[in-house]
Amino acid sequence: MQAHAALEYDYSVAKLFTFTTILFGILGMIIGTLIAAQLAFPELNYLLGEYGTFSRLRPLHTNIVIFGFTLSGVFATFYYVAQRVLKVSMAESKFIMFISKLHFWLYFVGALIAVITLLLGYTQAKEYAQFEWPIDIVIVLVWVLWGVAMFGLIGIRREKALYISMWYYIACFLGIAMLYLFNNMSVPTYFASGGLGNILHSVSMYSGTNDALVQWWYGHNAVAFGFTVPIVAMIYYFLPKESGQAIYSYKLSLLSFWGLMFVYLWAGSHHLLWSTVPDWMQTMGSVFSIVLILPSWGSAINMLLTMKGEWNQLTENPLIKFMVLASTFYMLSTLEGPIQAIKSVNAIAHFTDWIPGHVHDGVLGWVVFMIMAALFHMAPRMFKREIYSKKMLEAQFWLQTVAVVLYFTSMWIAGITQGMMWRAVDEYGNLMYSFIDTVTVLHPYYAIRALSGVLYLIGFLMFAYNMYKTMTSSRELSEEPQFRSPMA
Amino acid sequence: MDIRELQGYASFFMTIFLVVMLYWYIIYLYRSEKKGEKDYEKLGNIALDDEIDSKPINSSSVTPSENKEQKK
Ligand code: HEM
Repeated sequence: MQAHAALEYDYSVAKLFTFTTILFGILGMIIGTLIAAQLAFPELNYLLGEYGTFSRLRPLHTNIVIFGFTLSGVFATFYYVAQRVLKVSMAESKFIMFISKLHFWLYFVGALIAVITLLLGYTQAKEYAQFEWPIDIVIVLVWVLWGVAMFGLIGIRREKALYISMWYYIACFLGIAMLYLFNNMSVPTYFASGGLGNILHSVSMYSGTNDALVQWWYGHNAVAFGFTVPIVAMIYYFLPKESGQAIYSYKLSLLSFWGLMFVYLWAGSHHLLWSTVPDWMQTMGSVFSIVLILPSWGSAINMLLTMKGEWNQLTENPLIKFMVLASTFYMLSTLEGPIQAIKSVNAIAHFTDWIPGHVHDGVLGWVVFMIMAALFHMAPRMFKREIYSKKMLEAQFWLQTVAVVLYFTSMWIAGITQGMMWRAVDEYGNLMYSFIDTVTVLHPYYAIRALSGVLYLIGFLMFAYNMYKTMTSSRELSEEPQFRSPMA
Repeated sequence: MDIRELQGYASFFMTIFLVVMLYWYIIYLYRSEKKGEKDYEKLGNIALDDEIDSKPINSSSVTPSENKEQKK
């Protein structure tokens, strides 16, 4: 038992991924803010030649925030949470330590190459699956390494029961593995043609409607298994741990888990309403999207009820504030999405700014808030120092909350205005507006969104600074805090 | 019946099947707790009491270091 007493959790890999979360977060949101500004002020497209145009930068934004920022956050929290809920240290297995370090470095190098190729314009032209085939292979390797580390840790665990967060991390792993492989099946044209054209170029193995269906089965479930499932994993660990309150209902968490797994995979065709896919499939996408409210709210309500009797913590502890707001935004966007998936609503909403509006109340309010709160909770435990500044945390919270509200309200108004103008006809059935009429009307809302981007970005830089100071110069802690994270 | 229609029916019946499974699972969860076979709610404590040397809520039979000691 002697060895046990000295045993400690090893956070070296969690720390590495924490750094990349911050790095890719800053990069992705600078680009997000720039493209938001470009939509309001088109002259900004000409700052950097071909590399600075909206069309180059948009996929760069989405891929950096999804595969750079969010995934780094998922990996960072995984390497932290998994050890703790399985009660096993990574230091106990040299093999797992090696694999997880390899996981990090391959991920990091792969991500840099991915950014460069996108900037140079190499793309499969499938949303969220733009990377060309050599990068896909690297991504598959990275994913396999993560799986080995994950199941390795599970294999040597002391805690026999898998905590609910682990279920969600496993689902994230399996879900993305399946989706990514199927959607990225493609033929490299260079080899198929016996050496013609660019070696990086490839074409999808599916065509036409099938390609669209596979793409949106993937696209929607990338949201499910990248933006929802691992973030739920985080909140199920960090909210109870930070507040000292066990999950309100563990059974409800299990039930919502299976409900989510079962329903999410069928909802993807709501991206293809009114298109050429079979009608029953569109209806199925709509119906499953509505049903999706149940498991989503099941989790969200479970999180809010976890705070039952402890709501005073909401005013006292800014990290609780971040997490409660995150679950509230989760509820908002999982109600908004199903509404947009109703066929008649979708006829107005599709192709309009309401869609990015919906995306961003989810990602800015739910995903980013939860990841930041998780990293703030981890920092005092990983670096053995208290959080540098509570005041800055509070200021950041309000700044970013205002920014999110500005983002989605402006896009709601812009989107619905746009949708109504596009379909408006006069008494003879002629379209009343041309495209440019809508652009003129929408300009102020685009400017508001750009402003909200600036505010949100400033908030994120405050987070980065606060984290940096916490790592380097904050007061040292003599022992690990049990629940509430200490802050100055 | 063409393939599209078949796919539609397959999807419909699979949905019914999965719904039944899900409801069965709810009943299973509550019943096994009522009978005293399982206590799901105590698993919530795994997040709260997560020190490496604290006693597992559900302990696995062999821990890695004990495993090593046994092999010696
Ligand atoms: C400073 C914060 C951000 C700003 C200002 C911003 C801005 C934008 C803009 C202008 C677009 C293009 C919309 C269009 O084509 O009409 C976009 C798309 C997108 N952004 Fe962001 N973004 C930010 C942060 C994020 C974050 C943190 C995430 C994810 C974690 C994210 C995920 C996405 C996604 C998935 C899309 C594609 C939406 C779609 O295809 O409908 N964004 N963003």
